[in-house]
Amino acid sequence: MISCEQARNICDKAQYDEAPLKDKIKLNLHLMWCKECSGYTRKNQALTSLCERAGLNSLSESEKEEMRKHLGQNNDL
Amino acid sequence: MTHSEEYMTDHKLNPDTWIDLYADYLFNYAVARVNNAEIAKDLVQETFFAGLNSAKNYKGDAAERTWLIAILKRKVIDYYRKINSNKGKAEVRINYNANSDSEGDWLEERVADPFSKSENDPIENEELGLAIQECISKLPKKQSLVFTMKTIQGVSTEDICNELGINPSNLWVMIHRARTALMGCLNQNWY
Repeated sequence: MISCEQARNICDKAQYDEAPLKDKIKLNLHLMWCKECSGYTRKNQALTSLCERAGLNSLSESEKEEMRKHLGQNNDL
Repeated sequence: MTHSEEYMTDHKLNPDTWIDLYADYLFNYAVARVNNAEIAKDLVQETFFAGLNSAKNYKGDAAERTWLIAILKRKVIDYYRKINSNKGKAEVRINYNANSDSEGDWLEERVADPFSKSENDPIENEELGLAIQECISKLPKKQSLVFTMKTIQGVSTEDICNELGINPSNLWVMIHRARTALMGCLNQNWY
């Protein structure tokens, strides 16, 4: 048996295809009785498909760094 | 755009945070309009420049991002003017009588079909993209960075960990927090 925390961790990894099959089986067993994690999984999957549908673009950190230089700013990360 | 943001008085400009907060938002907006990442990037850069140069004209009656988007809109228009500088290229000709059998109601016939899903989708998806981007910009900086690298740029877990000097379990904690926050942020309109 896995905890809710572990289940959500597997669920997060599964969104990026980084959950091993045996973990996914454990997750699915957990979801059979855990309503809360089922809700989390549903929303998490929906977030993944929303992100895919939106076709998001972003600038890489190095591109942003270049912009900062052009604007005469320093990165404060 | 939230209403509270719009009606809040006393907006201030913080150019130091512009790139962290708005670069991706403006970039998505621009990509959707010029369809080219390099050009979009230049337009965003020009927008920040113009914003810095005209910061003294900012009256605080619009939120910072709204103000920057207004500048970017003009940059996009300028860009199209430039590439369409020959007068004829900019002219749009509509042939009203392409099909000789359509008589009357010609204007109605040209209105986009409101039930056509394929026509609405790109606009809805762009709105969705901007909504997600807005939610991402509300995350703590490191969370938004990790989420963006992982989800949008598709950088591998290992590379992110090396670049940011964190270990995989740190990464997954941040991803988890980011995703939970985004679910809450997007909840009302998009789920």
